[in-house]
Amino acid sequence: MDAQRRNLKECMVLDHVNYVYGAGTAYEKHALQDINLVLGKNEFIGLIGHTGSGKSTLIQHLNGLLQPTSGHIYYKGNDIGAKEFNKKELRSHVGLVFQYPEHQLFETTVVKDVAFGPKNMGLPQLEVDMRVFAALKEVGISEELYDASPFELSGGQKRRVAIAGVLAMRPEFLILDEPTAGLDPRGRDEILDRIAEIHAEGNRTVILVSHSMEDVAKYATRLIVMNKGNVFADGSPREVFELYRELEEIGLAAPQVTYLSERLREAGVALAQNATTLAEARELLLADWKGGSR
Amino acid sequence: MIRDITIGQYYPVDSPIHRLDPRVKLSATMLYLVSLFVFSGYLGYVLAIAFVAVCVKLSRVPFRYIVRGLKPVLMLLIITLLFNIFLTKQGTELASFWIFHIYDEGLITAALMGLRLVLLVIGSSLMTFTTTPNQLTDGLEKGLRGLKVIHVPVHEIAMMMSIALRFIPILVEETDKIMKAQQARGADFESGKLLQRVKALIPLLVPLIVSAFRRASDLAMAMEARCYHGGEGRTKMKPLHYKKLDYVGYLVLAGYLGLVIGSSFVPFLK
Repeated sequence: MDAQRRNLKECMVLDHVNYVYGAGTAYEKHALQDINLVLGKNEFIGLIGHTGSGKSTLIQHLNGLLQPTSGHIYYKGNDIGAKEFNKKELRSHVGLVFQYPEHQLFETTVVKDVAFGPKNMGLPQLEVDMRVFAALKEVGISEELYDASPFELSGGQKRRVAIAGVLAMRPEFLILDEPTAGLDPRGRDEILDRIAEIHAEGNRTVILVSHSMEDVAKYATRLIVMNKGNVFADGSPREVFELYRELEEIGLAAPQVTYLSERLREAGVALAQNATTLAEARELLLADWKGGSR
Repeated sequence: MIRDITIGQYYPVDSPIHRLDPRVKLSATMLYLVSLFVFSGYLGYVLAIAFVAVCVKLSRVPFRYIVRGLKPVLMLLIITLLFNIFLTKQGTELASFWIFHIYDEGLITAALMGLRLVLLVIGSSLMTFTTTPNQLTDGLEKGLRGLKVIHVPVHEIAMMMSIALRFIPILVEETDKIMKAQQARGADFESGKLLQRVKALIPLLVPLIVSAFRRASDLAMAMEARCYHGGEGRTKMKPLHYKKLDYVGYLVLAGYLGLVIGSSFVPFLK
């Protein structure tokens, strides 16, 4: 955290953000309550929480689609709620991929649809084309599909095209709201691996909204857990999953492998710590086995 | 902004009006709307306002929420007012400039027409605020079942209406979502010239229509999977039965009608 705090000019800062839906009606809902967060450069953040915990509301604040009822959000030191702040420009820096993004496809060809974002940024045609091809490559859409109608693609392909539509804007913050919802395990891994690769290229903050603990544990370096409009926990996956009893109380859970390692430790296997991913569990078990046999 | 559309939406609180049988509310709404156009004289207006005010108070739907429902008819309201003000040429002239002449009769007619329109919208939206689409359909189906004799497909009409009503909030939400998704890709729905604005709607309308068709086919599939085959032999989980409250409702309605009709014969206050 200290390393991030050093340069708030590169971060997204949320300062006492509150959001109330439908104030004064029977539908009134305090969706966000006093949120304070610093989202740093290059982080891979997993945002988890139960349905209705305020995750989706929170991310819509980050690119100015929703304005906080009270509080401020600063992007690189500028208040995005300020009148003179250019929201359209912000949205090219903070890319938001909604849930089921394939429902937003509308153009006649894949290339045209992906070009929608960069075109709106007012880039020259050549730059648009380059970004479109690069983005489609990044998400692994093969060239023979470039001129196909997006409506003819399979579910997983559609989703990747829709993600490319945001990637082509080259945002510094890439936010994905449950990008794997409704996909089969293979489609899910494909998308998540692509996202991890995109993050590994550097200079991008990725925020992955999910309620699969396995997914966020595998990829994220920092977890933010939301509950009833509050930040319930914020830390590394290990720190957060140590709280698995509290997580269970709010209807979440740690990854299966954390429970397994906990059980193993109870049964007398001397693991150094609880594992959060399968790969880590393997390392720990091997270390224990080697240590024991020596 | 798009979420401000409140017409046809249910407002979930518990109140005597919410508990009324939908048939009572349907007939009350119909009769109220008719009554708005048959009475003459100021007393009628007083009665109509009083009636709807009592209903609104009883329904516990916030007045502000109901007023928001007036927004979509605002344009119509303004046009009605202007036409009545400028096209009525009776009474004494109050002001005139160029080709426009304003008469006192015109002002009065405009005010009364506007009032009628507002009462009309409030009266009918109060029913949808206090009745779930399901109740509404049940009420309509049972209330109109006499028409089956002359082969009116009452059940089908009721089902179509309830699906249409049910889809309003869904499509509003969907519109909101797609709008945001396109805004996140830099779409601009709020500025530019007319042609640009119309063009800007394409990224919104295409996905919306696609999604409406998808939802329609999903719904048809789900209905089919539950062996829906029209109204023949269908039974209800919650059959409608009149309770004491409903008879009271009918009595109040009859009282209101009596008063309105009576008020037309009162010689003064015309």
